[in-house]
Order: sequence, then structure tokens, then C-alpha cells
Amino acid sequence: MRKRDLITTTLTVLLIWQIVALLVNRDILPTPIAVAQAFVQNIGEIAKHFVASGFRVIVSIIIAVALAVPAGLGMGQIPRLDRIFSPLVYLVYPIPKIVFFPIILLFLGPTEAAKILTIVLILFFQILVPVRDEALNLRPELLNSVKSLGAGRRALFRFVYLPSSWPIVLTAVRLSVGTAVAVLYFTEVTATYLGLGYYIFLMSGTLFDYAATYAGAIAMGLLGLVLYFFVDWLEKRLCPWKFAT
Amino acid sequence: MIMIEFHEVTFAYANAQPVFDRFNWSVERGAAWAVIGGSGNGKTTLLMMLAGLRVPASGEIVVEDQIIDRPRPRTGLVLQEYGLLPWATIKQNVSLGLKVRNFYGPDGRHAPVEHVVGPIEPLVEKWLTRLGIEAMRDRFPVQCSGGQRQRAAIARTLVLDPDLLLMDEPFAALDAATREDLQNLTIELQREQNLTLVVVTHNIEDAVFLGQKILVLTQPPHTAPFIIDNPQAGEPGYRSQPSFFEKCAQLRESLTHYSLLVAPHA
Repeated sequence: MRKRDLITTTLTVLLIWQIVALLVNRDILPTPIAVAQAFVQNIGEIAKHFVASGFRVIVSIIIAVALAVPAGLGMGQIPRLDRIFSPLVYLVYPIPKIVFFPIILLFLGPTEAAKILTIVLILFFQILVPVRDEALNLRPELLNSVKSLGAGRRALFRFVYLPSSWPIVLTAVRLSVGTAVAVLYFTEVTATYLGLGYYIFLMSGTLFDYAATYAGAIAMGLLGLVLYFFVDWLEKRLCPWKFAT
Repeated sequence: MIMIEFHEVTFAYANAQPVFDRFNWSVERGAAWAVIGGSGNGKTTLLMMLAGLRVPASGEIVVEDQIIDRPRPRTGLVLQEYGLLPWATIKQNVSLGLKVRNFYGPDGRHAPVEHVVGPIEPLVEKWLTRLGIEAMRDRFPVQCSGGQRQRAAIARTLVLDPDLLLMDEPFAALDAATREDLQNLTIELQREQNLTLVVVTHNIEDAVFLGQKILVLTQPPHTAPFIIDNPQAGEPGYRSQPSFFEKCAQLRESLTHYSLLVAPHA
């Protein structure tokens, strides 16, 4: 994605928003200028919640990757493991894991751990399945040639399966960022006084400060965007071969 | 001195008739062999068994007095699609075998017992230079030509100091000039390193240029080896001599004739 295109699109969206807001002319749709003012006025408050939310989602992504990648590679590499766990994965995969949040709250209470666990639960499966499939579909000649160099299971894991999975892990994480932020919002609406979800909910439902509500929503969008770009950057660092021409 | 011995080897894929049925074959140390046959005739199966990547149902394959049931550290394998890691640079690919050996240490299973865990850089540089791909060291395989990738695959194998080099259709994807160039290089390296060479190919010219002995595989099941002697193989200029074309014609005829002979049993 080119920077210029991104800026052009952003400006276009803002312009349309401004026009629509002026036409509608109601409190519940403030103009982008009013939202920008609210953003600047509340920057300290928003930053505090942004950091809290950012911490939760980043820790969740790290934990999910750390658990799902070895599990996925293990299932892709060891047929017996795959036979045992595949049915379980397929059983649990379609369940919207967000419904477990109230149950997790019952067990863990209104803690950071409860929120993080909920996000981890969702990301885990979104990363596990593609990583497993990637490992299953590695070209046999690649495996054979590395085996012929003396590699046993451990070396294959270290030199073939793990590096081969980075692109698919990053793609899965990139696709998961949107989901993670959405789930984050849901977990922050209840049982906390910190986080962008709480801030948005408070501004809209309790204080009726619509400009600040939008400012919070934009901060949440920015959080997703920053993570998205971070994954892009990481991909260029970890998978330079994909960009080689 | 015999280096490789197939002793009553039987191999079959699931729900299929055997490809090899009590097959005996032996290869002398330092010899250059070509194995030729059409697709599905078992030549890659033969190579995979020799590499320890497939195990026969019965009988045994012995290389240097060792029964092969897993890859042997001093056997090098070069595959048709090169088997290079796409995410690693040419230099990293050439280093791979040494990294694997350092990873395990000299355990005699993954690395020879005499392997010394040490710096790999000088060896890797030596072989990058010997194969003429030192300029490509920081490129990824996708950025290299087919010939350069094949050179990298050969370097990756030779850096491990093998005594037996197995090649599966190593020149199939290359243009004519690169193909001849790499065939010459293969022979040169085989002599220089005193390697025993087994090249699997479906190409008659490849087999006749490289194989001092040519094992012909036609319709399976293979029970006894059918071998053509080709003592001039690898000699400079052999490709343009009348004897080369005669040998090609003889091999072509054998392939057809032999398959007609055994066809009724298939």
C-alpha cells in the first residue's frame, strides 16, 4: 500500500463525513472537526485508555502466537497428534468464543487475565488452523532434501517447519487484528474502568459526549491500524524473501 | 571394492504390485552410474531407498557395510526441484547441512562421528566459490536462475564432504547449454572428490554422458538389473563423438526392446 493512496483515502472519507454531518445536523453525528477537537482536548485521557487496550491486545497476540504456532506445527508434523486433536479443533472452531467471556469472568473475575484469555481463545484457533495446514502441505522434496542433510525431527522443526510458518502466522495475525480489537471492545465494556472500550461506552451511554465517543472510536481504529502496520513491518523483517525480486 | 549392495530388495507401494522384487544390484566405490527409465518405473524409488528415505519391505541395502534404514551422513542427495529453502539465502542454504550437524553434534546418526563442531563460514565460502555462485550468496533462490539454484544444491551437498552423491533428475529443468555445463561440472567434481555417483534420469543423453554404467529400469517389477557398460562416459568431447551417438541409439533400443520383452509379465 502506498502512503499517498492512504492519505488520499483518509482525506476523502473525512470530507464525506464532514458533508454528511453538516447535512444531517444532529448531535449524534458530530463533524470530524468537532471530533478532532474532542480528541485533542481529551488526549491525556484517551492515551491512558489506549495504552491499557494496546497492552491487552498485544499480550494476547503474543500468547496466542506462542501457543498456536507450536501446536499447529506439531499437528502438521505428527499425524497421531493431528488425529487426536483435529476433531476437537473442528468442534470448537465454529463456536463464537466470545460467548465464553461471561463464563471466564465467573472463573477469573473482572481481571486483566479474563480479558486476555478471551482474546487469546479466539486468536488461538485463527492461527492454529492455517499453521497446521501449512505444515501439512510442505513440499515433500523440501523435507526429503533436508532430511538427507541429516535433519531429524528436531532439526526439521528448527530449520524447516518454523521458518516456513512465519508468513502464514503473520497473515493470520494480520487477519486477526480486526477481530482482536472487536473482542477487546466487548471485554472492556464491562468489568473495568480502563481501556478504550470502557471510554467509548462511558462517553456515549453515560455522559452523552458524542464528539468524545467518536474520538474514542477513532483511537480504537488507530490501535488496529498501528498493529496492522506493525505486522507489515514485521513481515518485511522476518520474511525478506517474500519481497525479493 | 563394492560400496553399495542391494540384496534381495523388495519394495511395493500400498495396494500395488511390487516395484522391486528380490532385486540385487551392486555399485563399486568411485563409479559413476546412471539409472534410466520412464516415469513410474521406480528409478526415484530406487534413489530414495538408497538415500534412506524409503525402506524396503524386505531385503537390505548396504552402503559401506552399513544397512540403510535412515539417511546416512556421508550420502549427499540433490533433487530435481533442488530442495532449497525458499526463505533462506543461497549462503544460508549452503550452510544448512553444517548447521544441522552442529545442531546435533557428532552423534553418528545425524552427523558423522568424526564431525568437528566449528565455524562453518570458511567451508561454505570455499564451496560457493568452487561452484561459481559466490556473487549470489545473499540472494534468495527465487532470485537465481535454474542453473545457479542447482549449483547451490550441489554446493550444499558437497560442503558435507560426502563419499556418495545421489542425484534425481538434476538437469531436467535446465536449458541445453546450462545442462551440459552442469554435467561437465558434475563429472569434474565426481573425479576431484572421488565420489561414487548415482544419477537418476529419464534423458538418454544425460545417462550416456554421465554413466560409466547405466542401469535400465523398464516395466516393474524389477527382478534383475539390466546394465549397459559405457566406459567412455564423462570424457571431454564424448558428446560429439560417433561412439556417443551409437551408445545413445543402443540405450534407446534397449529401453524399447527390454520393455517389450518384459511387458507380458507386467
